Amino acid sequence: MTQQPTRVAHTPLHVRGEVLSSKRIGAYRHLTLVAPGMAERHRPGTFVAVSVGHTRPRAHLARRSYWVHRVRPTGSHGATLEVVVEPTGTGGTWLAGLDQGDPIEVTGPLGRPFALPKEPVTCLLVGEGYAAAPLFPLAERLRERGCTVTMLLAAPDEAHLLGTLDARRTARAVTVVTGDGSVGAKGTVAEVAPEVVAKSGADVVYATGSHEGLHAVAAAAEAQGAWSQTGVAVDQPCGTGLCFGCTIPVVGEAGSPRHVRACVEGPVFRGDRVRWTDLRTEPR
Amino acid sequence: MTATAPEVAIAGLALASPVLVAAGCGGTGRELAALDGLTGVGGFVTRTITLDPREGHPGRRVHETDAGFVHATGLANPGLHQFLATELPWLAAADVRTVVSVAASSLGEYADLARRLGDSPGVDGLELDLATPDGPALGLFDTREPFQAARAVAAVRRDLPRGTALLAKVGHDPLRVVETARAVAEAGADAVVLGNALPALLPDGRPGGLSGPAVRPVALRTVAEVHAALPGLPLVGAGGAAGADHVRAFLAAGATAVQIGAALLHDPTCAARAAADLRGET
Repeated sequence: MTQQPTRVAHTPLHVRGEVLSSKRIGAYRHLTLVAPGMAERHRPGTFVAVSVGHTRPRAHLARRSYWVHRVRPTGSHGATLEVVVEPTGTGGTWLAGLDQGDPIEVTGPLGRPFALPKEPVTCLLVGEGYAAAPLFPLAERLRERGCTVTMLLAAPDEAHLLGTLDARRTARAVTVVTGDGSVGAKGTVAEVAPEVVAKSGADVVYATGSHEGLHAVAAAAEAQGAWSQTGVAVDQPCGTGLCFGCTIPVVGEAGSPRHVRACVEGPVFRGDRVRWTDLRTEPR
Repeated sequence: MTATAPEVAIAGLALASPVLVAAGCGGTGRELAALDGLTGVGGFVTRTITLDPREGHPGRRVHETDAGFVHATGLANPGLHQFLATELPWLAAADVRTVVSVAASSLGEYADLARRLGDSPGVDGLELDLATPDGPALGLFDTREPFQAARAVAAVRRDLPRGTALLAKVGHDPLRVVETARAVAEAGADAVVLGNALPALLPDGRPGGLSGPAVRPVALRTVAEVHAALPGLPLVGAGGAAGADHVRAFLAAGATAVQIGAALLHDPTCAARAAADLRGET
Protein backbone atom coordinates (compact mmCIF):
# COMPACT_ATOMS: atom_id res chain seq x y z
CA MET A 1 0.00 0.00 0.00
CA THR A 2 1.38 3.41 -0.85
CA GLN A 3 0.96 6.23 1.62
CA GLN A 4 0.67 9.84 0.65
CA PRO A 5 3.81 11.26 2.18
CA THR A 6 2.62 14.86 2.31
CA ARG A 7 -0.42 13.91 4.38
CA VAL A 8 1.09 11.25 6.57
CA ALA A 9 4.51 12.71 7.20
CA HIS A 10 3.50 15.34 9.74
CA THR A 11 0.83 13.44 11.65
CA PRO A 12 1.93 12.97 15.25
CA LEU A 13 2.31 9.54 16.80
CA HIS A 14 1.79 8.24 20.31
CA VAL A 15 4.27 5.45 20.94
CA ARG A 16 5.90 3.49 23.68
CA GLY A 17 9.55 4.15 23.08
CA GLU A 18 12.79 3.51 24.88
CA VAL A 19 15.73 5.44 26.22
CA LEU A 20 18.72 4.60 24.04
CA SER A 21 21.21 6.68 25.99
CA SER A 22 21.39 9.33 28.67
CA LYS A 23 24.36 11.61 28.84
CA ARG A 24 25.16 14.40 31.24
CA ILE A 25 26.42 17.55 29.51
CA GLY A 26 26.87 20.53 31.81
CA ALA A 27 23.76 21.04 33.91
CA TYR A 28 21.59 19.01 31.52
CA ARG A 29 20.84 15.44 30.59
CA HIS A 30 20.75 14.65 26.90
CA LEU A 31 18.36 11.77 26.31
CA THR A 32 18.37 9.88 23.04
CA LEU A 33 15.00 8.25 22.49
CA VAL A 34 13.91 5.44 20.23
CA ALA A 35 10.37 6.36 19.20
CA PRO A 36 9.53 4.49 16.00
CA GLY A 37 8.43 6.74 13.16
CA MET A 38 8.69 9.97 15.13
CA ALA A 39 12.13 11.24 14.23
CA GLU A 40 11.40 10.97 10.49
CA ARG A 41 8.45 13.33 10.92
CA HIS A 42 10.34 15.95 12.87
CA ARG A 43 10.74 19.47 11.54
CA PRO A 44 12.75 22.04 13.52
CA GLY A 45 10.55 23.75 16.08
CA THR A 46 8.24 20.81 16.73
CA PHE A 47 8.31 19.12 20.11
CA VAL A 48 7.47 15.86 21.87
CA ALA A 49 5.26 15.34 24.93
CA VAL A 50 6.39 12.77 27.47
CA SER A 51 4.28 10.90 30.06
CA VAL A 52 5.88 11.00 33.49
CA GLY A 53 6.23 7.79 35.51
CA HIS A 54 6.38 4.06 34.89
CA THR A 55 3.76 2.48 37.10
CA ARG A 56 0.06 2.61 36.33
CA PRO A 57 -2.05 4.33 37.38
CA ARG A 58 0.35 7.22 37.23
CA ALA A 59 0.32 9.94 39.84
CA HIS A 60 1.45 12.71 37.51
CA LEU A 61 -1.01 13.31 34.73
CA ALA A 62 0.39 16.33 32.98
CA ARG A 63 2.70 15.73 30.06
CA ARG A 64 6.12 17.33 29.84
CA SER A 65 7.01 18.92 26.53
CA TYR A 66 10.52 18.96 25.13
CA TRP A 67 12.06 20.53 22.05
CA VAL A 68 13.65 18.07 19.69
CA HIS A 69 17.36 18.82 19.78
CA ARG A 70 18.68 16.39 17.25
CA VAL A 71 17.51 13.65 14.95
CA ARG A 72 20.01 10.97 14.08
CA PRO A 73 19.82 7.80 12.05
CA THR A 74 21.11 4.67 13.78
CA GLY A 75 21.76 1.28 12.28
CA SER A 76 19.73 -0.86 14.62
CA HIS A 77 16.98 1.43 15.93
CA GLY A 78 16.01 3.58 12.96
CA ALA A 79 16.10 7.32 13.49
CA THR A 80 16.36 8.49 17.10
CA LEU A 81 15.61 11.83 18.62
CA GLU A 82 17.43 13.71 21.31
CA VAL A 83 15.90 15.95 23.95
CA VAL A 84 17.64 18.16 26.51
CA VAL A 85 16.33 17.82 30.05
CA GLU A 86 17.02 20.08 32.98
CA PRO A 87 16.82 17.87 36.08
CA THR A 88 14.45 20.10 38.04
CA GLY A 89 10.81 19.61 39.04
CA THR A 90 8.94 16.33 39.16
CA GLY A 91 9.01 15.59 35.45
CA GLY A 92 12.54 16.75 34.72
CA THR A 93 13.99 14.88 37.68
CA TRP A 94 12.22 11.69 36.67
CA LEU A 95 13.30 11.92 33.05
CA ALA A 96 16.88 12.79 33.96
CA GLY A 97 17.00 9.69 36.16
CA LEU A 98 16.05 7.28 33.39
CA ASP A 99 18.58 4.68 32.29
CA GLN A 100 19.36 3.10 28.99
CA GLY A 101 16.60 0.65 28.06
CA ASP A 102 13.89 2.26 30.19
CA PRO A 103 10.50 2.50 28.48
CA ILE A 104 9.00 5.90 27.87
CA GLU A 105 5.66 7.03 26.42
CA VAL A 106 6.11 9.81 23.88
CA THR A 107 3.77 11.74 21.61
CA GLY A 108 5.04 13.77 18.69
CA PRO A 109 6.16 15.52 16.73
CA LEU A 110 3.69 18.16 17.90
CA GLY A 111 3.08 21.79 17.07
CA ARG A 112 3.92 24.11 14.22
CA PRO A 113 7.58 24.21 13.19
CA PHE A 114 9.69 27.24 12.34
CA ALA A 115 8.77 28.73 9.00
CA LEU A 116 11.71 28.53 6.62
CA PRO A 117 12.55 31.31 4.16
CA LYS A 118 12.21 30.54 0.46
CA GLU A 119 15.17 32.77 -0.41
CA PRO A 120 18.74 32.40 0.90
CA VAL A 121 18.49 35.23 3.43
CA THR A 122 20.50 36.20 6.50
CA CYS A 123 19.25 34.58 9.71
CA LEU A 124 20.03 35.20 13.37
CA LEU A 125 19.24 32.39 15.79
CA VAL A 126 18.86 33.31 19.46
CA GLY A 127 18.64 30.68 22.20
CA GLU A 128 18.67 30.73 25.98
CA GLY A 129 19.67 27.74 28.10
CA TYR A 130 18.21 24.37 27.12
CA ALA A 131 15.60 26.17 25.04
CA ALA A 132 18.30 26.65 22.39
CA ALA A 133 17.84 22.93 21.59
CA PRO A 134 15.70 23.26 18.44
CA LEU A 135 17.96 25.91 16.91
CA PHE A 136 20.63 23.40 15.89
CA PRO A 137 18.54 21.30 13.51
CA LEU A 138 17.05 24.61 12.33
CA ALA A 139 20.52 25.99 11.56
CA GLU A 140 21.27 22.92 9.43
CA ARG A 141 18.05 23.34 7.44
CA LEU A 142 18.77 27.02 6.91
CA ARG A 143 22.28 26.31 5.71
CA GLU A 144 20.96 23.70 3.28
CA ARG A 145 18.88 26.52 1.81
CA GLY A 146 21.91 28.72 1.40
CA CYS A 147 21.04 31.05 4.28
CA THR A 148 23.74 32.86 6.23
CA VAL A 149 23.36 31.82 9.86
CA THR A 150 24.65 33.65 12.92
CA MET A 151 23.80 32.74 16.50
CA LEU A 152 23.40 34.28 19.91
CA LEU A 153 23.53 31.78 22.77
CA ALA A 154 22.85 32.77 26.35
CA ALA A 155 22.58 31.17 29.79
CA PRO A 156 22.94 32.10 33.44
CA ASP A 157 26.34 30.36 33.53
CA GLU A 158 28.58 28.01 31.57
CA ALA A 159 26.92 24.82 32.80
CA HIS A 160 23.55 25.94 31.40
CA LEU A 161 24.97 26.97 28.04
CA LEU A 162 23.90 24.59 25.29
CA GLY A 163 25.83 23.61 22.22
CA THR A 164 28.42 26.36 21.75
CA LEU A 165 30.76 23.92 19.97
CA ASP A 166 28.01 22.77 17.60
CA ALA A 167 27.11 26.38 17.01
CA ARG A 168 30.62 27.26 15.90
CA ARG A 169 30.47 24.43 13.35
CA THR A 170 27.11 25.51 11.89
CA ALA A 171 27.02 29.26 12.24
CA ARG A 172 29.17 31.88 10.57
CA ALA A 173 29.45 33.85 13.81
CA VAL A 174 28.46 33.02 17.35
CA THR A 175 27.91 35.47 20.19
CA VAL A 176 27.81 34.07 23.70
CA VAL A 177 26.58 35.85 26.81
CA THR A 178 26.24 34.50 30.33
CA GLY A 179 24.61 36.01 33.37
CA ASP A 180 27.76 35.59 35.45
CA GLY A 181 30.21 36.34 32.65
CA SER A 182 31.81 32.87 32.92
CA VAL A 183 31.74 32.53 29.13
CA GLY A 184 31.54 35.37 26.65
CA ALA A 185 30.29 38.76 27.67
CA LYS A 186 28.23 39.26 30.80
CA GLY A 187 24.56 39.82 30.04
CA THR A 188 21.17 38.44 29.12
CA VAL A 189 19.33 38.12 25.83
CA ALA A 190 17.00 40.92 26.85
CA GLU A 191 19.97 43.21 27.44
CA VAL A 192 21.97 42.47 24.31
CA ALA A 193 19.15 41.75 21.84
CA PRO A 194 18.89 45.25 20.34
CA GLU A 195 22.61 45.44 19.60
CA VAL A 196 23.06 41.86 18.38
CA VAL A 197 19.98 41.98 16.16
CA ALA A 198 21.06 45.29 14.65
CA LYS A 199 24.62 44.12 14.05
CA SER A 200 23.53 40.84 12.49
CA GLY A 201 21.70 42.58 9.65
CA ALA A 202 19.33 39.63 9.76
CA ASP A 203 16.26 39.36 7.55
CA VAL A 204 14.78 36.75 9.86
CA VAL A 205 15.40 36.25 13.57
CA TYR A 206 14.58 32.89 15.15
CA ALA A 207 14.44 32.75 18.95
CA THR A 208 13.67 30.40 21.81
CA GLY A 209 14.01 31.02 25.53
CA SER A 210 12.49 33.07 28.32
CA HIS A 211 9.45 35.18 27.60
CA GLU A 212 11.44 38.24 28.58
CA GLY A 213 14.17 37.38 26.11
CA LEU A 214 11.72 36.59 23.33
CA HIS A 215 9.92 39.86 23.94
CA ALA A 216 13.18 41.78 23.55
CA VAL A 217 14.17 39.86 20.41
CA ALA A 218 10.76 40.33 18.79
CA ALA A 219 10.88 44.05 19.55
CA ALA A 220 14.45 44.38 18.23
CA ALA A 221 13.53 42.51 15.04
CA GLU A 222 10.54 44.73 14.48
CA ALA A 223 12.63 47.86 15.01
CA GLN A 224 15.02 46.49 12.39
CA GLY A 225 12.28 45.61 9.92
CA ALA A 226 13.13 41.91 10.22
CA TRP A 227 10.71 38.99 10.58
CA SER A 228 10.86 37.11 13.83
CA GLN A 229 9.89 33.53 14.60
CA THR A 230 9.65 32.86 18.32
CA GLY A 231 9.36 29.44 19.95
CA VAL A 232 7.23 30.14 23.02
CA ALA A 233 7.40 27.54 25.78
CA VAL A 234 4.71 27.39 28.45
CA ASP A 235 3.66 24.46 30.61
CA GLN A 236 1.46 22.25 28.47
CA PRO A 237 -0.83 19.90 30.38
CA CYS A 238 -1.39 17.63 27.37
CA GLY A 239 0.72 19.04 24.53
CA THR A 240 -1.70 17.57 22.04
CA GLY A 241 -4.42 20.23 21.78
CA LEU A 242 -7.00 18.41 23.85
CA CYS A 243 -7.32 20.52 26.98
CA PHE A 244 -7.15 24.19 25.92
CA GLY A 245 -4.96 24.70 28.98
CA CYS A 246 -1.84 26.31 27.48
CA THR A 247 -2.84 29.68 26.19
CA ILE A 248 -0.80 32.34 24.45
CA PRO A 249 -2.23 35.83 24.07
CA VAL A 250 -1.94 36.85 20.42
CA VAL A 251 -3.18 39.43 18.01
CA GLY A 252 -5.74 37.56 15.95
CA GLU A 253 -6.93 38.15 12.45
CA ALA A 254 -8.48 41.58 12.09
CA GLY A 255 -6.30 42.74 14.97
CA SER A 256 -8.53 41.33 17.69
CA PRO A 257 -6.90 40.07 20.89
CA ARG A 258 -7.22 36.31 21.26
CA HIS A 259 -5.88 33.42 23.30
CA VAL A 260 -4.74 30.41 21.34
CA ARG A 261 -3.33 27.02 22.28
CA ALA A 262 0.46 27.08 22.46
CA CYS A 263 0.67 23.41 21.52
CA VAL A 264 -1.48 23.55 18.38
CA GLU A 265 -1.09 27.08 17.00
CA GLY A 266 2.45 27.26 18.36
CA PRO A 267 4.92 26.66 19.80
CA VAL A 268 6.41 28.83 17.05
CA PHE A 269 4.68 32.17 16.59
CA ARG A 270 5.52 35.19 14.52
CA GLY A 271 7.04 37.56 17.07
CA ASP A 272 4.76 40.41 16.05
CA ARG A 273 1.65 38.30 16.71
CA VAL A 274 2.34 37.59 20.39
CA ARG A 275 1.08 40.08 22.98
CA TRP A 276 4.26 39.86 25.03
CA THR A 277 3.29 42.14 27.89
CA ASP A 278 0.09 40.15 28.45
CA LEU A 279 2.00 36.89 28.21
CA ARG A 280 4.38 38.04 30.92
CA THR A 281 1.70 39.40 33.27
CA GLU A 282 -1.05 36.77 32.98
CA PRO A 283 -1.12 34.15 35.78
CA ARG A 284 1.18 31.25 34.85
CA MET B 1 -13.84 0.41 12.92
CA THR B 2 -14.94 -3.17 13.40
CA ALA B 3 -18.47 -4.16 12.49
CA THR B 4 -19.42 -5.39 15.93
CA ALA B 5 -22.99 -4.96 17.10
CA PRO B 6 -23.64 -1.82 19.14
CA GLU B 7 -23.10 -2.59 22.77
CA VAL B 8 -25.28 0.06 24.33
CA ALA B 9 -28.03 2.49 23.46
CA ILE B 10 -29.08 5.73 25.10
CA ALA B 11 -32.49 7.09 24.14
CA GLY B 12 -32.44 5.08 20.95
CA LEU B 13 -28.91 6.26 20.14
CA ALA B 14 -26.89 3.14 19.44
CA LEU B 15 -23.29 3.36 20.58
CA ALA B 16 -20.53 1.12 19.29
CA SER B 17 -18.97 1.11 22.74
CA PRO B 18 -19.93 2.28 26.23
CA VAL B 19 -16.75 4.41 26.22
CA LEU B 20 -17.26 8.09 25.39
CA VAL B 21 -14.81 10.97 25.26
CA ALA B 22 -15.78 13.46 27.98
CA ALA B 23 -16.49 17.12 27.32
CA GLY B 24 -13.52 19.44 27.27
CA CYS B 25 -10.87 16.72 27.10
CA GLY B 26 -10.78 15.84 23.42
CA GLY B 27 -9.94 19.14 21.74
CA THR B 28 -12.04 19.59 18.61
CA GLY B 29 -11.90 15.87 17.86
CA ARG B 30 -9.31 16.28 15.13
CA GLU B 31 -6.39 16.27 17.56
CA LEU B 32 -7.53 12.96 19.06
CA ALA B 33 -8.27 11.41 15.69
CA ALA B 34 -4.75 12.27 14.49
CA LEU B 35 -3.41 10.03 17.26
CA ASP B 36 -6.00 7.28 16.64
CA GLY B 37 -7.66 8.33 19.87
CA LEU B 38 -11.22 8.14 18.54
CA THR B 39 -11.01 4.70 16.98
CA GLY B 40 -13.86 2.50 18.19
CA VAL B 41 -15.16 4.80 20.92
CA GLY B 42 -18.91 5.07 21.41
CA GLY B 43 -19.02 8.81 21.03
CA PHE B 44 -17.29 12.16 21.28
CA VAL B 45 -18.61 14.90 23.55
CA THR B 46 -17.42 18.35 22.48
CA ARG B 47 -16.10 20.96 24.85
CA THR B 48 -18.96 23.12 26.07
CA ILE B 49 -20.30 25.40 23.36
CA THR B 50 -22.17 28.60 24.18
CA LEU B 51 -24.29 30.74 21.90
CA ASP B 52 -21.70 33.54 21.82
CA PRO B 53 -17.94 33.02 21.58
CA ARG B 54 -16.06 33.04 24.87
CA GLU B 55 -12.42 33.98 25.09
CA GLY B 56 -11.89 31.99 28.29
CA HIS B 57 -9.57 32.73 31.16
CA PRO B 58 -6.17 34.23 30.39
CA GLY B 59 -2.93 32.61 31.41
CA ARG B 60 -2.49 29.11 32.65
CA ARG B 61 -5.75 27.20 32.89
CA VAL B 62 -4.72 23.71 33.94
CA HIS B 63 -2.47 22.77 36.86
CA GLU B 64 -1.24 19.34 37.79
CA THR B 65 -2.09 18.23 41.30
CA ASP B 66 -1.72 14.93 43.15
CA ALA B 67 -3.71 12.37 41.13
CA GLY B 68 -5.47 14.95 39.02
CA PHE B 69 -5.76 18.38 37.50
CA VAL B 70 -7.23 21.58 38.84
CA HIS B 71 -8.48 23.65 35.97
CA ALA B 72 -10.53 26.64 34.95
CA THR B 73 -10.80 27.34 31.23
CA GLY B 74 -13.54 29.93 31.54
CA LEU B 75 -15.54 27.97 28.93
CA ALA B 76 -13.26 29.04 26.10
CA ASN B 77 -15.13 28.19 22.90
CA PRO B 78 -15.73 29.70 19.48
CA GLY B 79 -19.48 30.15 19.94
CA LEU B 80 -22.26 28.26 18.18
CA HIS B 81 -21.88 29.92 14.79
CA GLN B 82 -18.16 29.20 14.44
CA PHE B 83 -18.63 25.73 15.89
CA LEU B 84 -21.23 24.91 13.25
CA ALA B 85 -19.05 26.33 10.50
CA THR B 86 -15.60 25.04 11.45
CA GLU B 87 -15.85 22.11 13.86
CA LEU B 88 -19.11 20.24 13.39
CA PRO B 89 -18.59 19.43 9.68
CA TRP B 90 -15.43 17.49 10.51
CA LEU B 91 -17.17 15.64 13.34
CA ALA B 92 -20.17 14.88 11.12
CA ALA B 93 -17.87 13.36 8.51
CA ALA B 94 -15.85 11.43 11.09
CA ASP B 95 -16.86 7.92 11.97
CA VAL B 96 -17.95 8.81 15.51
CA ARG B 97 -21.16 9.69 17.32
CA THR B 98 -21.14 13.36 18.26
CA VAL B 99 -22.71 14.78 21.37
CA VAL B 100 -22.47 18.56 21.68
CA SER B 101 -22.01 19.88 25.20
CA VAL B 102 -23.83 23.17 25.68
CA ALA B 103 -24.34 25.78 28.38
CA ALA B 104 -26.36 28.97 28.28
CA SER B 105 -26.95 32.14 30.20
CA SER B 106 -30.74 32.00 29.96
CA LEU B 107 -33.59 29.62 29.22
CA GLY B 108 -34.10 31.41 25.92
CA GLU B 109 -30.49 30.71 24.96
CA TYR B 110 -30.94 27.05 25.87
CA ALA B 111 -33.94 26.89 23.55
CA ASP B 112 -31.96 28.59 20.77
CA LEU B 113 -29.11 26.13 21.12
CA ALA B 114 -31.55 23.21 21.06
CA ARG B 115 -33.24 24.44 17.87
CA ARG B 116 -30.08 25.22 15.96
CA LEU B 117 -28.06 22.19 17.01
CA GLY B 118 -31.05 19.86 16.69
CA ASP B 119 -31.41 20.91 13.06
CA SER B 120 -27.73 20.40 12.28
CA PRO B 121 -26.70 17.22 10.54
CA GLY B 122 -24.13 15.27 12.48
CA VAL B 123 -25.43 16.09 15.96
CA ASP B 124 -26.46 12.82 17.62
CA GLY B 125 -27.12 14.30 21.02
CA LEU B 126 -26.90 17.31 23.29
CA GLU B 127 -25.30 17.25 26.72
CA LEU B 128 -26.41 20.08 28.98
CA ASP B 129 -23.49 21.21 31.10
CA LEU B 130 -25.45 21.95 34.28
CA ALA B 131 -22.62 21.56 36.77
CA THR B 132 -19.73 23.70 35.62
CA PRO B 133 -17.95 24.80 38.79
CA ASP B 134 -18.73 28.49 39.22
CA GLY B 135 -21.18 28.52 36.33
CA PRO B 136 -23.07 31.54 37.70
CA ALA B 137 -19.81 33.48 38.04
CA LEU B 138 -19.25 32.79 34.34
CA GLY B 139 -22.64 34.25 33.58
CA LEU B 140 -24.39 30.93 33.07
CA PHE B 141 -28.00 30.26 33.98
CA ASP B 142 -27.89 29.19 37.63
CA THR B 143 -28.65 25.46 37.73
CA ARG B 144 -27.44 24.74 41.26
CA GLU B 145 -30.99 24.15 42.48
CA PRO B 146 -32.51 20.96 41.06
CA PHE B 147 -35.68 22.73 39.90
CA GLN B 148 -33.57 25.24 37.98
CA ALA B 149 -31.61 22.43 36.32
CA ALA B 150 -34.95 20.89 35.39
CA ARG B 151 -36.12 24.16 33.82
CA ALA B 152 -33.04 24.22 31.59
CA VAL B 153 -33.70 20.63 30.52
CA ALA B 154 -37.37 21.38 29.83
CA ALA B 155 -36.44 24.43 27.73
CA VAL B 156 -34.17 22.27 25.58
CA ARG B 157 -36.59 19.34 25.40
CA ARG B 158 -39.37 21.53 23.98
CA ASP B 159 -37.23 22.63 21.03
CA LEU B 160 -35.06 19.60 20.43
CA PRO B 161 -36.20 17.43 17.52
CA ARG B 162 -37.10 13.83 18.36
CA GLY B 163 -34.21 11.58 17.54
CA THR B 164 -31.60 13.82 19.11
CA ALA B 165 -30.64 12.40 22.50
CA LEU B 166 -30.77 14.77 25.46
CA LEU B 167 -28.21 14.16 28.18
CA ALA B 168 -28.18 16.25 31.35
CA LYS B 169 -24.82 16.47 33.09
CA VAL B 170 -25.12 17.03 36.81
CA GLY B 171 -22.34 17.27 39.36
CA HIS B 172 -21.04 14.87 41.98
CA ASP B 173 -22.87 16.61 44.80
CA PRO B 174 -23.48 13.72 47.18
CA LEU B 175 -26.23 15.51 49.08
CA ARG B 176 -28.31 16.63 46.09
CA VAL B 177 -27.43 14.30 43.25
CA VAL B 178 -30.43 11.95 43.51
CA GLU B 179 -32.84 14.85 43.76
CA THR B 180 -31.20 16.61 40.80
CA ALA B 181 -31.12 13.48 38.66
CA ARG B 182 -34.81 12.84 39.33
CA ALA B 183 -35.72 16.43 38.50
CA VAL B 184 -33.86 16.51 35.16
CA ALA B 185 -35.19 13.08 34.18
CA GLU B 186 -38.77 14.20 34.88
CA ALA B 187 -38.10 17.33 32.82
CA GLY B 188 -37.27 15.19 29.82
CA ALA B 189 -33.61 14.16 29.93
CA ASP B 190 -33.04 10.82 28.19
CA ALA B 191 -30.01 10.10 30.30
CA VAL B 192 -28.14 11.70 33.15
CA VAL B 193 -24.39 12.20 33.05
CA LEU B 194 -22.90 12.13 36.53
CA GLY B 195 -19.73 14.05 36.08
CA ASN B 196 -17.87 17.31 35.91
CA ALA B 197 -15.09 18.57 38.08
CA LEU B 198 -15.40 18.96 41.83
CA PRO B 199 -15.18 22.59 42.93
CA ALA B 200 -11.54 23.30 43.78
CA LEU B 201 -9.02 26.10 44.04
CA LEU B 202 -6.20 26.79 41.59
CA PRO B 203 -2.74 27.32 43.11
CA ASP B 204 -3.02 31.04 42.32
CA GLY B 205 -6.24 31.31 44.33
CA ARG B 206 -8.71 31.45 41.47
CA PRO B 207 -11.72 29.12 41.62
CA GLY B 208 -11.66 26.03 39.41
CA GLY B 209 -12.44 22.35 39.37
CA LEU B 210 -10.67 19.08 40.21
CA SER B 211 -10.66 16.23 37.68
CA GLY B 212 -8.77 13.00 37.29
CA PRO B 213 -8.16 9.81 39.27
CA ALA B 214 -8.74 11.58 42.61
CA VAL B 215 -12.40 12.01 41.67
CA ARG B 216 -13.13 8.40 40.70
CA PRO B 217 -14.31 7.01 44.06
CA VAL B 218 -16.65 9.99 44.43
CA ALA B 219 -17.99 9.47 40.92
CA LEU B 220 -18.59 5.77 41.52
CA ARG B 221 -20.49 6.62 44.66
CA THR B 222 -22.85 9.05 42.93
CA VAL B 223 -23.47 6.57 40.11
CA ALA B 224 -24.32 3.86 42.63
CA GLU B 225 -26.61 6.14 44.62
CA VAL B 226 -28.55 7.46 41.66
CA HIS B 227 -28.83 3.98 40.16
CA ALA B 228 -30.20 2.62 43.42
CA ALA B 229 -32.80 5.39 43.65
CA LEU B 230 -33.71 5.53 39.95
CA PRO B 231 -32.90 2.11 38.51
CA GLY B 232 -34.65 2.69 35.19
CA LEU B 233 -32.75 5.87 34.33
CA PRO B 234 -29.80 5.51 31.91
CA LEU B 235 -26.68 6.90 33.58
CA VAL B 236 -23.37 7.94 32.13
CA GLY B 237 -20.55 7.89 34.67
CA ALA B 238 -17.67 10.32 34.44
CA GLY B 239 -14.77 10.96 36.80
CA GLY B 240 -11.25 9.61 36.79
CA ALA B 241 -11.77 6.67 34.44
CA ALA B 242 -8.66 5.87 32.42
CA GLY B 243 -8.97 2.26 31.28
CA ALA B 244 -11.21 -0.73 30.78
CA ASP B 245 -11.10 -1.78 34.45
CA HIS B 246 -12.37 1.62 35.53
CA VAL B 247 -15.09 1.49 32.88
CA ARG B 248 -16.19 -1.92 34.18
CA ALA B 249 -16.37 -0.52 37.71
CA PHE B 250 -18.70 2.25 36.55
CA LEU B 251 -20.85 -0.23 34.62
CA ALA B 252 -21.02 -2.45 37.70
CA ALA B 253 -22.14 0.54 39.78
CA GLY B 254 -25.07 1.03 37.42
CA ALA B 255 -23.84 3.19 34.54
CA THR B 256 -24.89 2.47 30.96
CA ALA B 257 -21.92 4.30 29.49
CA VAL B 258 -18.74 5.89 30.80
CA GLN B 259 -16.85 9.01 29.80
CA ILE B 260 -13.07 9.20 29.82
CA GLY B 261 -11.70 12.71 30.17
CA ALA B 262 -8.68 13.91 32.11
CA ALA B 263 -6.76 10.70 31.42
CA LEU B 264 -6.67 11.65 27.73
CA LEU B 265 -4.36 14.53 28.57
CA HIS B 266 -1.91 11.96 29.87
CA ASP B 267 -2.47 9.34 27.18
CA PRO B 268 -4.51 10.42 24.17
CA THR B 269 -5.10 6.82 23.15
CA CYS B 270 -6.59 5.59 26.45
CA ALA B 271 -10.28 5.89 25.48
CA ALA B 272 -9.71 4.03 22.22
CA ARG B 273 -7.72 1.38 24.06
CA ALA B 274 -10.39 1.01 26.77
CA ALA B 275 -13.02 0.53 24.05
CA ALA B 276 -10.85 -2.09 22.35
CA ASP B 277 -10.19 -3.84 25.66
CA LEU B 278 -13.92 -4.06 26.36
CA ARG B 279 -14.49 -5.61 22.94
CA GLY B 280 -11.91 -8.20 23.86
CA GLU B 281 -9.51 -7.05 21.18
CA THR B 282 -6.41 -7.08 23.32
